Amino acid sequence: MQQTVAAAEFLAACALSRVDAVGGFARDGLLSSQEVFTQQLVTGLSNGMIIALIAIGYTMVYGIIELINFAHGDLCMLGAYFALTVVGALGVDQWAGTGGIMGLVLVLVGTAAFCGSLNWSINRLAYRPLRKASKLSLLVSAIGASFILVNLGLFWGGLPMDVFADGTSSAAPKAFPALVSAAPAAQIGDVIYSRTDLLVLCVTLPLMVALTYLVRFTKLGKAMRAVAQNPTGASLMGIDVERVIGASFFIGGSLGGFATVVYSLYNQTVSFQMGYRMGMDAFIAAVLGGIGNLPGAVLGGILIGVIRSMSDGYLEARWTNTVVFGILILILVFRPSGLLGAKLREKV
Amino acid sequence: MTSAVSATSSPAPQSGGPRAPLLRVHGLKCSYGQAQVLHGIDIEVFAGEIVSIIGANGAGKSTTLMCVSRINRSSGSIEFNGASIASLPPEQVVRQGLVQVPEGRRIFPRLTVRENLEMGAFIRSDKDGIESDLQRIFEMFPILKDRALQQGGTLSGGEQQMLAIGRALMSRPKMLMMDEPSMGIAPILVAKIFDTVKNVLNAQGMTILLVEQNANAALRMSNRAYVLETGNVVLTGSGQDLLRDPRVREAYLG
Ligand SMILES: Nc1ncnc2c1ncn2[C@@H]1O[C@H](COP(=O)(O)OP(=O)(O)OP(=O)(O)O)[C@@H](O)[C@H]1O
Ligand SMILES: [Mg+2]
Repeated sequence: MQQTVAAAEFLAACALSRVDAVGGFARDGLLSSQEVFTQQLVTGLSNGMIIALIAIGYTMVYGIIELINFAHGDLCMLGAYFALTVVGALGVDQWAGTGGIMGLVLVLVGTAAFCGSLNWSINRLAYRPLRKASKLSLLVSAIGASFILVNLGLFWGGLPMDVFADGTSSAAPKAFPALVSAAPAAQIGDVIYSRTDLLVLCVTLPLMVALTYLVRFTKLGKAMRAVAQNPTGASLMGIDVERVIGASFFIGGSLGGFATVVYSLYNQTVSFQMGYRMGMDAFIAAVLGGIGNLPGAVLGGILIGVIRSMSDGYLEARWTNTVVFGILILILVFRPSGLLGAKLREKV
Repeated sequence: MTSAVSATSSPAPQSGGPRAPLLRVHGLKCSYGQAQVLHGIDIEVFAGEIVSIIGANGAGKSTTLMCVSRINRSSGSIEFNGASIASLPPEQVVRQGLVQVPEGRRIFPRLTVRENLEMGAFIRSDKDGIESDLQRIFEMFPILKDRALQQGGTLSGGEQQMLAIGRALMSRPKMLMMDEPSMGIAPILVAKIFDTVKNVLNAQGMTILLVEQNANAALRMSNRAYVLETGNVVLTGSGQDLLRDPRVREAYLG
């Protein structure tokens, strides 16, 4: 019974967020077809960058231990609850001017640290003991971790705080305060680049650059690639393989933490089931780009974001999942290694 | 061959007086699942020696090295440089100064040659020292310098073997364990690699435990050797003695 209610609430929340996503239609009469396209493209790119950041978490873990980390989306969901809790504790009215920016940075970094540590702990408790077990055991463990996180989210939503509506309905979607106003940051023609679009870009792009630098040029990054390519060889070089795996979980988790804050600000609602949606989009993005391949995850994320947005705009929102999964199937049939997955099975 | 352990000539370190071995393996046993493949192996390697392990396919040579490197679980004692390493994790063994060049090379195929070498120096943090050692490896194997920015996996088999050796040296080990460095490599290159091992590395004081199929070449360059058969040491002695031993000649030297 409880579950049916929860499901209904979730669907309602999805429907609401879809209205947001297709907001471009409200001004249909005013926009030229060129501008409609551009507007959808902007929305798609913003969502795509968020998806990409989450997809990196999937692809890093897959690259290094060949696990589809089913708990990753739900980790991001808990991150959103954490962020909402911090926002609530700081007081929601304090978000103007420099104080607001400081607060925002605090929420971003805090949530990243939270998700990173949680992901590290999940690996330590649920995956590391299974390192020599079959891949299937590992996968089942990940699904178990996912259930636990979802239920933690359900519990968290019932805490007696303002931001959780005093915990009256733990399953209900929670409004995430619009800390960054949706006011236009720029307008070119009739196409609006909102401040949230700008925020997405300001958060995701530097993180991707930083990650690229880390993986390509730092000692840890090289060790991560070495472990992914040949764990035994890495041990024989004195690399503490478990430590490198732990670091990868931390980094992937914290990128998910950044992403979930931006996602929550963009969509202004969080729910204990949002992890499924976020996780599914990001997982498909990772597979589309070639799972295990970092640039592939970014490319896949952006493509999925844009495809979703175009489908929302030009078809209908209810077809979007069909389109996205259809593309996934086509990719798996005709190019199973993904767009950037090389003939050699490319990892990290 | 005979089942009894025989011809146990005591190791003869060059300088007088009894010395403790640098590596001492005693009663080493190892199993894969139900199948026991090492049945209590004793091996000693003294500082400055080249010691080889020869034996047929599947005798347990690689398994022995993997146990000593602590990749495989085993029972029995393993002492290096006077301390037990039998319960250390593999990365700590490397930090003690004992490093392996594994069979089949196991280089990192999608790291560049240079990055592969840098990973060899993972346990070190002295930037200048690493850089000068890198140059030394490039002098030892000039082909690696030409290929520095190429992915390791694109090198030829022989070049990959040089890379694997260079990579292991980058950690500045006290002792090197090499598993079939000649595997799948043209004879002329094998000669060059063995020459480097003997006349450069060993001559500069590096202690070497060498696993080889190529018994003839291995015994010629070794101070001492062990013959391994289905997980047991069946024969041990100086390289010269084993070269002349009729059982070795029949089984391994054709
Ligand atoms: N991972 C493994 N799982 C199960 N059995 C194994 C494994 N690795 C090796 N073995 C078995 O253990 C025995 C010893 O193998 P090992 O690789 O040590 O032999 P080797 O002396 O190095 O042979 P080669 O000269 O062919 O390299 C063999 O019978 C082999 O089949
Ligand atoms: Mg072998």
